[in-house]
Amino acid sequence: MAERTLLAGLRQWLESLGHMASSKIWRLGFAARFFVYILLHSGTAFRRFGLTIREIYFAGVLSLIIILVSGLFVGMVLGLQGYDTLQRYGSSEALGILVALSLVRELGPVVAGLLFASRAGSAITAEIGLMKATEQIAAMEMMAVDPIARVVAPRFWAGVISMPLLAALFSAMGIFGGYLVGVQLIGVDEGAFWSQMQSSVDVREDIMNGVIKSVVFGVAVTWIAVFEGYDAPPTAEGVSGATTRTVVTSSLAILALDFVLTALMFTGGNAR
Amino acid sequence: MKRATIDIWVGIFVAAGFAGLLFLALKVGNLASFSTAQAYQVQAKFANIGGLKVRAPIKSAGVVVGRVSSVMFDNESYEAIVTFNVDAQYKFPRDTSAKILTSGLLGEQYVGLEAGGDGVMLKQGDRLRLTQSAVVLENLISQFLFNKAAEGKEGKDGK
Repeated sequence: MAERTLLAGLRQWLESLGHMASSKIWRLGFAARFFVYILLHSGTAFRRFGLTIREIYFAGVLSLIIILVSGLFVGMVLGLQGYDTLQRYGSSEALGILVALSLVRELGPVVAGLLFASRAGSAITAEIGLMKATEQIAAMEMMAVDPIARVVAPRFWAGVISMPLLAALFSAMGIFGGYLVGVQLIGVDEGAFWSQMQSSVDVREDIMNGVIKSVVFGVAVTWIAVFEGYDAPPTAEGVSGATTRTVVTSSLAILALDFVLTALMFTGGNAR
Repeated sequence: MKRATIDIWVGIFVAAGFAGLLFLALKVGNLASFSTAQAYQVQAKFANIGGLKVRAPIKSAGVVVGRVSSVMFDNESYEAIVTFNVDAQYKFPRDTSAKILTSGLLGEQYVGLEAGGDGVMLKQGDRLRLTQSAVVLENLISQFLFNKAAEGKEGKDGK
């Protein structure tokens, strides 16, 4: 008797494991199909560009404040901390290199991406999820309006367009913050700060790779955001859960993608 | 919100974003400072280049006059062939010598050019004859140690 219950318990456990795995894989496949569908139906987003501009306003312009302020403070902290370490080795003039390279290569795209995910990604998910919960999406389908072309694709492209611009602004603002603290406050030589920076930051190797990173993060974050919103259960808990999942999943995706991209972009130079 | 207001804000946002990119490219990066458009290529053979990298600066009297464009190994002479671009506005005599130097004690390595006295100037594709290899710290230390050891021996023999 005891054996039978044990076997039944094992069977149930295996069943639930299998169900979990297959539903995760199914969801991944659905997300991939959804992505292709967005790309195929993004004609409207460009033909009626007003729709996309409206979403750029919500995703990009309204994120400006948080991006600019955090960029400034990250740069200022980098300036303080970098100076503290560099002056021990008598090379405080290298502060410009430290601030610029760490911002342009890593911090700019990654921190801007994380902020973008929590500021704009969550809003996109909540909006689409609520549209689904209040049956606006179903109503569109009834009126033969494709909700993906009309609602999802403009938000997706707005995120993809906004993200690199936000990351560039974050880096620029951070370098300005590092300049404020390093040159104006501490008194590192201004000429050395800029010229050392210019001599070691490469436009193609460093800045372009940073831009590529931010485009990739933009695609990842907005894809996750629109998918979670579209896939959210049409209830209050469903929408709130989907919003949380957007922030968690896209933050993890940014960090994981950043590692992969860094390994691809920046280790080739050392091996050469 | 009105459509026009949104358009203006998005316009400001996009313009600011591109301004940020431009700032990064011009002020932070080195897009403006050096172009290889008007430059001539010169080659030099070194017995040892140490840690010289592609894109390392070429300096003469401390001024950057060009950049290393490629580093290759010559199978026949077993030496390194360094090709570098020198900005066309800087002219050097044909018997200019090239040295591999280090900026500071632990800094990056660069090629230093010392102008000679020849009346004919270097042109595209020329090869520098006089070169001096990088100083390899290990060789220097071992040389110093051997000298010290030899001195010690002489001292003993003298007694």
